[in-house]
Amino acid sequence: MPDRISAGDAAHVAVLARLALTADELERYTGQLAGVLEHFADIDALDLDGVEPMTQPYPLTNVLREDVVGDCLDRDEVLAQAPAAEAGRFRVPVILGDEG
Amino acid sequence: MSAVDIAAAVRSGQRSAIDVVEEHLARIAERDGELHAFNLVLADDARAAAAVVDDQVAAGEDPGPLAGVPIALKDNLCTRGIPTTCSSRILEGWRPPYTATVVDRVVAAGAVVVGKTNLDEFAMGSSTENSAFGPTRNPHDPTRVPGGSSGGSAAAVAAGFSPLALGSDTGGSIRQPAALCGVVGMKPTYGAVSRYGLVAFASSLDQIGPLAETVTDAATLYDVIAGYDPLDSTSIPGPLRAVLPSLGEGVDGLRIGIVTEMRPGIDPDVLARVDAAADALTAAGAKVDEVSVPAVVYGLTAYYLIAPAEASSNLARYDGVRYGLRVDAPDTARMNAATRAAGFGDEVKRRIMLGTYALSAGYYDAYYGKALKVRRLIAADFERAYTQFDLLLAPTTPSVAFLLGAKVDDPFAMYMNDVCTIPSPLAGHPAISVPFGTGAEGLPVGVQLLAPPLEEARMFRGARVLEEAVR
Repeated sequence: MPDRISAGDAAHVAVLARLALTADELERYTGQLAGVLEHFADIDALDLDGVEPMTQPYPLTNVLREDVVGDCLDRDEVLAQAPAAEAGRFRVPVILGDEG
Repeated sequence: MSAVDIAAAVRSGQRSAIDVVEEHLARIAERDGELHAFNLVLADDARAAAAVVDDQVAAGEDPGPLAGVPIALKDNLCTRGIPTTCSSRILEGWRPPYTATVVDRVVAAGAVVVGKTNLDEFAMGSSTENSAFGPTRNPHDPTRVPGGSSGGSAAAVAAGFSPLALGSDTGGSIRQPAALCGVVGMKPTYGAVSRYGLVAFASSLDQIGPLAETVTDAATLYDVIAGYDPLDSTSIPGPLRAVLPSLGEGVDGLRIGIVTEMRPGIDPDVLARVDAAADALTAAGAKVDEVSVPAVVYGLTAYYLIAPAEASSNLARYDGVRYGLRVDAPDTARMNAATRAAGFGDEVKRRIMLGTYALSAGYYDAYYGKALKVRRLIAADFERAYTQFDLLLAPTTPSVAFLLGAKVDDPFAMYMNDVCTIPSPLAGHPAISVPFGTGAEGLPVGVQLLAPPLEEARMFRGARVLEEAVR
């Protein structure tokens, strides 16, 4: 099991998770995550060499269908639910360039 | 009146669907202010749907096996044009542009949707206290939790608001609240029921399943919702066996194993009911013995790494771009982060943090990768147990319903509620919780039957025997 999670680790994780956490939240989650992860040390003792990881219970792969046109969602109905839309598209604040 | 009795009365013209729905809406009006099982009651829609059912009967048509039966939907099942919140601020006011396959199926079978039920935000929790809209209370004792995350659905059935409800189970979210509210709750085999239109939490674990007052009602609802759906790529191709035809066949000759590892840490009043269930199954002709499934003790760890990891990925879609809340900021990255910080509640943020950490560079192998291997061990140990046993028997929960607020400040104590329900979804297997008498404070206790994949029919036979034994 890796070292205990630090406040710096938690701050990095919050950036990765796109969560603008407050200082209070960061402190609380750092402590709680460290506490929960300590309980998870129980699997450290297991010999897992050669065990195949199980990503899902049912062995379906590459589920395909015929490439035919079918029903799809109504564009106006979808865009009506967006926080901002323009000219048939989702509208967002600036992405690249001046991040001012 | 049970769901099958209502459907029979409506189909034969003895009772109108309108009369049935009014009776249930009256109960909701009378008591849901106290219990808060529903995020949204769809009174007018329900009356209109009931009128359609009555018209069908009047025209000599058969509305289907759920004719006129009120049903409550967990508010993480999409309903076109009707708010679907997942009990989260981030989806408040969202009206989905499509309907979940299970909802289409129950409506096509004649059921009448009465409302959307409360849940722990994005189904993350075991008490329904993590709802952005306030907790649901247990109908048996309103100072106590109903369990979770399908706590609203379980409370709705227990309070007589609707004889049927749909929930979703990722680590026990149907069975645990069913046990604490004294109703039947069942998690199907992974892939048996379409998840199209279920808002995703942990995609390798999530399954939709029935909650009901009786085993027969749960079986009826399961048969309606189960089966292949091309809209869900994890749906099992080919026809599934119906469970109703063999429901009354009993357990004579079946080998049933009591899971040794699902006893330590469980309250004595709950264990006493498991032992009584074992006696009842023995009396019905089953051969009951203890069985060891050693790796299930690592289930909690594997689950609380895998489920948050998948959740952190699934919940990346709530970014303020396409639906739901947006908190304005000068650029998109800051808009995403501000929106998510404002829209998600405490437990959801905690799990996103945990999952993101478990998947992050440098920690992936130590946490997520290892958890996937432990998951394989759990599935393999179940497989071994099922070479000697047809069904397994275990408690559903470690205790009866606990007091509101008792565990909100201790995430790990809350996670422990799921210790007996987590192994089945990790393996992808079906399991059912059946009310089996009472424990401390006269509160309901549920016992759990576990079965190999796609052996729902056998599992329901056992559940029916348990139900008969406590009548």
